[in-house]
Amino acid sequence: MIPGLLLRRRVTNVVMLSLTGVSTALVLGVLFFILGYITYHGISALDWDFFTKLPKPVGEKGGGMANAIVGTIKLLFLASLIGVPIGFMGGVYLSEYGRKNTAGFLIRYAADLLNGIPSIVMGIFAYTIVVLPMGHFSTVAGGVALGIMMIPIAVRSSEEFLKLVPATVREAGLALGLSEWKVVCFIVIPTAFRGIVTGIMLDLARVAGETAPLLFTAFSNRFWSRGWLEPTASLPVMIYTYAIAPYEDWHRQAWAAGMVLLMLVLGANVVSRLILHRQLKG
Amino acid sequence: MKKLIIAGLLVLGLVGPAMADSMLINGAGATFPYPVYSKWFDEYAKIHPDIHINYQSIGSGGGIRQASEMTVDFGATDGPMNDEQIKNAKVKLLHFPTVMGAVVPTYNIPGVTTELKFTPGALAGIFLGKITKWNDPEIAKANAGVTLPDQSIAVVHRSDGSGTTFIWVDFLSKISPEWKEKVGVGTSVNWPVGLGGKGNEGVAGLVKQTPYSIGYVELIYAVQNKIDFGLVQNSAGKFIKASLESVTAAAAGAAKAMPADFRISLTNAPGEMSYPIASFTWLLIPEKIDDPKKGKAIVGFLKWMLKDGQGMAPALEYAPLPKEVVAMEEKALGQIRY
Amino acid sequence: MAKSGTNFFIKDMIGRPGVSSADRFFRATVLTGALSVLVITCVIAFELVRNSVLPIKKFGWSFLWGTTWDPIAEVFGGLPFLYGTLVSSILALLIAVPVGLGVAIFLSELAPRRASDPIAFLVELLAAVPSVIYGLVGIFVFVPWVRNFIEPALSGTLGFLPLFRGAPYGVGMLTAGLVLAMMVVPFIVSVSREILMAVPRSQREAILSLGATRWEMVRVAVLPYARSGIMGSIFLALARALGETMAVTMVIGNRPEIRLSLFEPGYTMAAVIANEFTEATGDLYLQALIEIGLVLFAVTILVNALARLMIHSVFTKVEVRE
Repeated sequence: MIPGLLLRRRVTNVVMLSLTGVSTALVLGVLFFILGYITYHGISALDWDFFTKLPKPVGEKGGGMANAIVGTIKLLFLASLIGVPIGFMGGVYLSEYGRKNTAGFLIRYAADLLNGIPSIVMGIFAYTIVVLPMGHFSTVAGGVALGIMMIPIAVRSSEEFLKLVPATVREAGLALGLSEWKVVCFIVIPTAFRGIVTGIMLDLARVAGETAPLLFTAFSNRFWSRGWLEPTASLPVMIYTYAIAPYEDWHRQAWAAGMVLLMLVLGANVVSRLILHRQLKG
Repeated sequence: MKKLIIAGLLVLGLVGPAMADSMLINGAGATFPYPVYSKWFDEYAKIHPDIHINYQSIGSGGGIRQASEMTVDFGATDGPMNDEQIKNAKVKLLHFPTVMGAVVPTYNIPGVTTELKFTPGALAGIFLGKITKWNDPEIAKANAGVTLPDQSIAVVHRSDGSGTTFIWVDFLSKISPEWKEKVGVGTSVNWPVGLGGKGNEGVAGLVKQTPYSIGYVELIYAVQNKIDFGLVQNSAGKFIKASLESVTAAAAGAAKAMPADFRISLTNAPGEMSYPIASFTWLLIPEKIDDPKKGKAIVGFLKWMLKDGQGMAPALEYAPLPKEVVAMEEKALGQIRY
Repeated sequence: MAKSGTNFFIKDMIGRPGVSSADRFFRATVLTGALSVLVITCVIAFELVRNSVLPIKKFGWSFLWGTTWDPIAEVFGGLPFLYGTLVSSILALLIAVPVGLGVAIFLSELAPRRASDPIAFLVELLAAVPSVIYGLVGIFVFVPWVRNFIEPALSGTLGFLPLFRGAPYGVGMLTAGLVLAMMVVPFIVSVSREILMAVPRSQREAILSLGATRWEMVRVAVLPYARSGIMGSIFLALARALGETMAVTMVIGNRPEIRLSLFEPGYTMAAVIANEFTEATGDLYLQALIEIGLVLFAVTILVNALARLMIHSVFTKVEVRE
């Protein structure tokens, strides 16, 4: 081999491989930068008021986002009422009955389509079927938008975890004389339960951060939103509203809210990963 | 544990903090008066703890839309509805002026600390995209003695449907035939140049963060955020700075010419001391309100606004309504049926 | 996945003695729940079309190439938004693909397994960060950076190109592309990493035994094999970028115009809907925005379908080969 060529190949090798290392460092750097920046600005802005007080009038310092935090919790609750049952049933069907038939194919395809729909389009849909007939913005409309967004991920993750349950377990149940629905309900699902719950937790974390669909469904509210039929403040919408405004005090609160949201979302991700890790090992 | 969670959620859903009989009234619209409206609604809630008025500043276009669709209880706009919009609304909406304010040209030029003077021609030229540098003669001739940098002007306008836009382009259309023909008047226009910011807040934010930019915002947004704003030449040829006095001067003639539906434009008003880019801002109230309790609450608020609310406006740089207009409105309140 | 289990399905039990009506009821219930996914998707498509009739009637297909967005004259054309969406997304991919592939290669070929998994997890965390948080950091950190460092540097060195002309606003197409790139990198990394790890060892060993360097092995044996899967991951990332709303609208400048320079502000389909929906006065205006949503819907479906096709083909290839 010509020595020059060998050297060039070796150098290329080292350069390209180092670039991959650099890319990795870059990406990780971005992650830590975002985390660090938000934590730094958010921590100094977090105070007891943030969690307990309502927003103050424009331009006045102080106030908090208590209503937004409660609003986000209520929205997630409503969303799971829609997303969890449909998603779960979809996953059960796909895993237990629909692995290779037409219905299964169609449902999987629909779930993927649904997953690809941008969140703002979901917002339009919820506006046309909930807000317009009802005549006003409401928490329910926001819950519907988020709930539909939850479905595809709930379907896929439930399906995957149910499929992980070995066939031997099903066979054992049937051999004991249990009817098939009992095998599914009392053996397969409980075995996959932990995975399914973590899937739902991740799903909730994902929709918790969604802003666009709420802009014209749940709208926003400077006060407490009572019941389910009034507009409600939510963390992501407050972050957006405050971030684009020129008031320094609002920026401060946006950072705090950003940090709370980020911690919730990332926390859910880390916790579910830990739970899964333990399950796979044990 | 599960039972506890379910119980907790039910409580959250039903209550929030306990408010036995309180009522929520939803409004949406103009960002122009948002500082004074949010103050008013806050103060009113202190006097009447059972009435909560939730106002979202989404822009005048939004106020008109949502009020017309009846997805909110009342709307707010600084650009009055045109005849077609009134015709297409699901319910007949009445215009009630609340305060008067000014739209100012706000700018961010590093190194320039003196207040700039803008001729109408300069403003039209900048927003038409024909004047592109800060040291253009049209701007320089009104600002003798100020060194203007040789930098490109970054124009900022509203990306949402805005009454503040309406007031601004209404003025530009009056003083620039080219603007009137090319662009026209409305809450959302086809801007020849510029970045779009959402709401008065968005525009103020963009101007504050972008060097060599110019935008237009309601006076209080520039003051509260300590952004520079300039003087504008009025129809009498004087360069006037926006203030309570100059806005009140602009409204002086209007009170006598006020039509019954309160839709009137104050831009380019006559008078030596008049600020040329001033305007009323209106609440859009449905003529017939289905819920009698809500109707009573809304009319009650309007009465308070016309008396006590007006006193709070000056502190926030809004001019209170002329006495004649207040009297007209108090009579007009009778039109609202509930 | 247990091989023996894939041939044995609960449904095979149907027809065998002992399958009760309770079983059929259960299956039917579950099927109903599952089918509602299909129903909901169809209803969404239907509603979007139904609520776009006014502009469809008025403009027809010319909506897609009309360049004027004038709410006063009631002339609506979607091309500036299509353009903005495509350009910002492609720009994002131009940055994210090399970086993402680099990370994927590092994690699959170079890093020891013990390090690869946690790092992959961390990268995936980037995908979990909500869009509005990217927007928040975008406005306060990236816009000033781009305005004060990146744009001046680019116009100083490459300013002769029409791509880099104009005043540095900070907000604009370039910043939007950067922020989007950060958001889609994790998709490219996680899918590509899985794909690369699925390439059989035999491929790698064959090339190495011929004397190739590590990099040559990657370039010649691994990447071509994984090519369609990687393309799939790129399409997946593209689909995500196309629909991204909040982060983009906070940094793109919101200007419905087609400009060549990346320093200029732009507008995307998702951003215009977010900004103008609540206040579109007039039915034509509102429905024009919904039609934009319909176009976005159609484009993302297309891209997602292509992505799935490509990713799927790699895994079937692997099964066949082994």
